[in-house]
Amino acid sequence: MAGELLQLTITQAGAALAAGDFSAHELAQAHLDAMESARGLNAFTAETPERALTMADAADQRRAQGETLGPLDGIPIAVKDLFCTEGVLSTAGSHILDGFTPTYESTVTRNLWAAGAVMLGKTNMDEFAMGSANVTSHYGPCINPWQASSGDSVGKDLVPGGSSGGSAAAVAARIALGAIGTDTGGSIRQPGAFCGVVGLKPTYGRCSRWGVIAFASSLDQAGPLTRTVRDGALMLGAMAGHDPMDSTSVDAPVPDYATALTGDIKGMRIGVPAEYRMDGMPGEIETLWRQGRDWLEHAGAAIVDISLPHTKYALPTYYIVAPAEASSNLARYDGVRYGLRVDGEDMTDTYEKTRAAGFGPEVKRRVMIGTYVLSAGYYDAYYLQAQKVRTRIANDFRAAWEVCDVILTPTAPSAAFAIGEKMDDPIAMYLNDIFTVPASMAGLPAISVPAGLSADGLPLGLQLIGPAFAEETMLRTADVLESAAGFTAKPSW
Amino acid sequence: MALDTDTVRRIARLARIYIPEEDLEPLAGELSNIIGWVEQLAEVDTDGVEPMTSVVEITPEQREDVVNDGGYRDRVLANAPDTADGFFTVPKVIE
Repeated sequence: MAGELLQLTITQAGAALAAGDFSAHELAQAHLDAMESARGLNAFTAETPERALTMADAADQRRAQGETLGPLDGIPIAVKDLFCTEGVLSTAGSHILDGFTPTYESTVTRNLWAAGAVMLGKTNMDEFAMGSANVTSHYGPCINPWQASSGDSVGKDLVPGGSSGGSAAAVAARIALGAIGTDTGGSIRQPGAFCGVVGLKPTYGRCSRWGVIAFASSLDQAGPLTRTVRDGALMLGAMAGHDPMDSTSVDAPVPDYATALTGDIKGMRIGVPAEYRMDGMPGEIETLWRQGRDWLEHAGAAIVDISLPHTKYALPTYYIVAPAEASSNLARYDGVRYGLRVDGEDMTDTYEKTRAAGFGPEVKRRVMIGTYVLSAGYYDAYYLQAQKVRTRIANDFRAAWEVCDVILTPTAPSAAFAIGEKMDDPIAMYLNDIFTVPASMAGLPAISVPAGLSADGLPLGLQLIGPAFAEETMLRTADVLESAAGFTAKPSW
Repeated sequence: MALDTDTVRRIARLARIYIPEEDLEPLAGELSNIIGWVEQLAEVDTDGVEPMTSVVEITPEQREDVVNDGGYRDRVLANAPDTADGFFTVPKVIE
């Protein structure tokens, strides 16, 4: 029984709870047990079993009185440690937030609890969401529940992707029915692809950023990781909405995303951008992408060849804009108000020693790059030029929407790799996000759908990108893509 | 542009991150690689292009200018590494 509870989708679990097949308490307990037995994955930075059972019992009591808060009522989920959760350790994977226990709740998690979701714990992540492999976490790497069946990575622990690596691993390993992450340049979609789960980044402004520990404020956006597109639609519906506490959150009604999943994409125009065909891209990625085209075409969509000329500049633009914003956002870690403090001889010495001890190498690199590109004499050449190129990238997409409704690309240029690889060369690590960063720069919604396995038996994802606030069109297409791909493989964990 | 150790020392100072002297040179190499790579943006024609300041086309809303928050000093101080008499503490800054 308990094993079966772990294999459900959110949609199935919700129906079973409504039918009284099992209680929210039993569902939560099964997942808490799974969390405990999967500690070897290092997917969680904090476990909250007591809170989970209290929340589950409340859901059961509501149902006993004939009430329900909706499709997430009683559904156990995991929360990336970037979200502030009241009374629960929130570290952003950083040593500098040692012991930080927020006295407030992020808007997105508050929305989820108001919808009846049950918190299992906080998930491991790259420090301050800066990474693509979950290897920069102060709490050690999270391990991908998938293992290679052949090739160079056989027998090695693989990365889950990043930065929302713990959330993706938890959903893939059947520890949580769903999880939330954040995506700045691909941090939901790329781990989704590496772990064989759906990763959804909504339009910038769809979800409130209030209470989400800031990395790059013009890019950060919360979203769900789930085992199906429909589950992602359900979670996004609960997470999204206007929040007066975030001036960039959009005051627009939240659609019922699940009703958009009609299975009908006849006449939909699917753009395939020439510039995403990169030199050195593995043949199996190219093949899967072509397969994705064929699937959508057979479902009645029209394939349109498009051009996004500034694609190759998106990643270097990101590595100016994101570090610049990070250098500013991370100025708040001063050893005075929260977290780690290393006492120095004077105020400046205290700042410098605290930040030297509290930040890991990748965070230091990015804060320093950001400081440099914003510094006097370099601002125009780097930061201002990057902001102009960002306009160019957004305009590329704007032109594309004249001729297509949704864009299809691969999610990542490879399958998951072994822990320890690409560690010596920051730029090699950055290239993981080459296909996800352009949509981030333009603030567009995008989703990764597990679509096949590599020759070595590891999951690969396809990405769909939609126009701003066209999540419904994008999700409808993703649902059809998911059905056609019929991805049923499970990790060996 | 290659960053020399003096530049790295200056940036580290601006960023308030202590970098030991022996780490300056390897860090200069790492940062130079990244800066060298992002410099490809210089080749993009951006004449007449406005820099992006907002990724979504919305006008930030106005709200009433009223006090609607505050009055919870203990919660604000709850996570401080050190406090005294309801204040944050810092090392002595005036001799």
